[in-house]
Amino acid sequence: MIEIKELTKRFGSKPVVNNVSVKIQPRAITSFIGPNGAGKSTLLSMVSRLLDADTGEVLLDESNVKKWKSDQFAKRVSILKQSNYLNVRLTVRELISFGRYPYSKGRLTDEDEQFIDQAIDYMNLGDMQDKFLDELSGGQKQRAFIAMVIAQDTDYILLDEPLNNLDMKHSVQIMKILRKLVDELGKTVVIVLHDINFASVYSDYIVALKNGSVVKSGPTVEIINRDALREIYDMDIPVQEQNGCRICVYFNSY
Amino acid sequence: MRSNTKKLIILAVIAIISILLYAFYDIKGGFDYAFPRRMMRVGAMVVTGFAIAYSTVVFQTITRNRILTPSIMGIDSMYEVVQTLIFFFAGSLSVWVVNQYLNFATSIVVMVLFALLLYRFLFRADKYPIYLMLLIGMIIGTLLGSLVTFLQVLIDPIEFLSLQNRLFASFTNIKVELLYISMGIIIIAFIYGYRIMSQLDVMSLGRENAINLGINYDRLVMNILVLSSVLIATSTALVGPITFFGLIVANLSYQFLVTYKHSIHILGAGLISVIALVGGQFVVEHIFEMKTTLSVIINFIGGIYFIYLLLKESRAAG
Repeated sequence: MIEIKELTKRFGSKPVVNNVSVKIQPRAITSFIGPNGAGKSTLLSMVSRLLDADTGEVLLDESNVKKWKSDQFAKRVSILKQSNYLNVRLTVRELISFGRYPYSKGRLTDEDEQFIDQAIDYMNLGDMQDKFLDELSGGQKQRAFIAMVIAQDTDYILLDEPLNNLDMKHSVQIMKILRKLVDELGKTVVIVLHDINFASVYSDYIVALKNGSVVKSGPTVEIINRDALREIYDMDIPVQEQNGCRICVYFNSY
Repeated sequence: MRSNTKKLIILAVIAIISILLYAFYDIKGGFDYAFPRRMMRVGAMVVTGFAIAYSTVVFQTITRNRILTPSIMGIDSMYEVVQTLIFFFAGSLSVWVVNQYLNFATSIVVMVLFALLLYRFLFRADKYPIYLMLLIGMIIGTLLGSLVTFLQVLIDPIEFLSLQNRLFASFTNIKVELLYISMGIIIIAFIYGYRIMSQLDVMSLGRENAINLGINYDRLVMNILVLSSVLIATSTALVGPITFFGLIVANLSYQFLVTYKHSIHILGAGLISVIALVGGQFVVEHIFEMKTTLSVIINFIGGIYFIYLLLKESRAAG
């Protein structure tokens, strides 16, 4: 169980995340949504200890994430950020193998190889596993990084805008895989999303941030409606039901 | 993987051949006199070669930049400062110069302390990015360099000549005891260095991915900086400043061996160092007949290679 308690982070004097408290529901997809600069990525970075909070704390199983041993924490929680620039030449499979580092410390066992094969299957990377990453398109690279995180086999998977640079087909593919990870393997996924409709269709819970504070949080149905959206985005967005999905038609609203 | 092993074997064979060539070429008359002396130099070249290769490769991994060397932190400028201050205030006949142990120990201690102080004050990874630290290191290095030049202008010209001898890397006059001490330090450093080898591979994925995979990033960066300072300080105190050399061998290894594994690159860069140093020393002794120094040759060839790298990197970026 991950619990965020009264977390605050300032860059300079401006609070980017301001007194945020959220409980992440296990075995579900929770989406962080909100306008640009709302503090979504900063919040995610603090949960995954990439960034230290100024005040407040993040608890994993009731103990502060800073008190966890790094290698133990890496077996429970994984994080993937938006930009992943590499200056080493790696093949897709080599990259994914790094996901097993917390377990094997660089010496892969048969069990590790199984997890790697599984992750490759999950992300449909079988035919390009021996290609070098710099030969791949942005979307393929992104899928390879997500496969690394899947191979890491953590209970919690945190993703910072994983759909960036992806076309519709691959975005849907990735969201479906995340859904499968939750429904079949019992993982907990926390994801920063820009596209409100992906959040609406695929997530169980939504946390909406604005100017560093939580404006709304709760099950998806409670957030995806005209009133709540107006509060979050300052836009009047009609919501339409289509094949059982609630779609926000924001393109011509103001 | 297999082709890398083959390449490493080739490098090892070339290294051994150049060592044998250097040890036995044109060895006339006093074999008992010349051979141990030559082997001594070979020993020093192997030690410094590996120290520089290791510290440069790991430094480039944590800075994620392939045209930097640890000398950017001003560690070897500190060596020049120590030597110049000694010559300036005590003179070339003082115990600080004549007693080589004292000189060696002072140099190492001052260089390592300098590095520790620098890191202690600058290293707050969450506040400052590593590049700011490098920039400050560079500025301090330049400041020290100017200070050294200023003092050197004031020194008596004859004193200056013997000072200059110390500031050029040279394998010609090495004290056997100092070599053993350096070997000891470097072996201890390498034992720790070997243990963190797989963590270094993870570090090359960048800070965020490394933390995700359970690396205690800030502490490891600090340890690596200290470790490479110790290695640089030792090799500089032993033969003089040739850190620039690390840039060449590390990049040659990246070009020659295609892998992300640090164990292979460090071994490769180390072997290339040995080949270059022993080969260079051979050229200095037998072709130039000691009319030039190894560091002049290294800086000349290294400078050309450096320009090549800059052009290549800028083309890749553009």
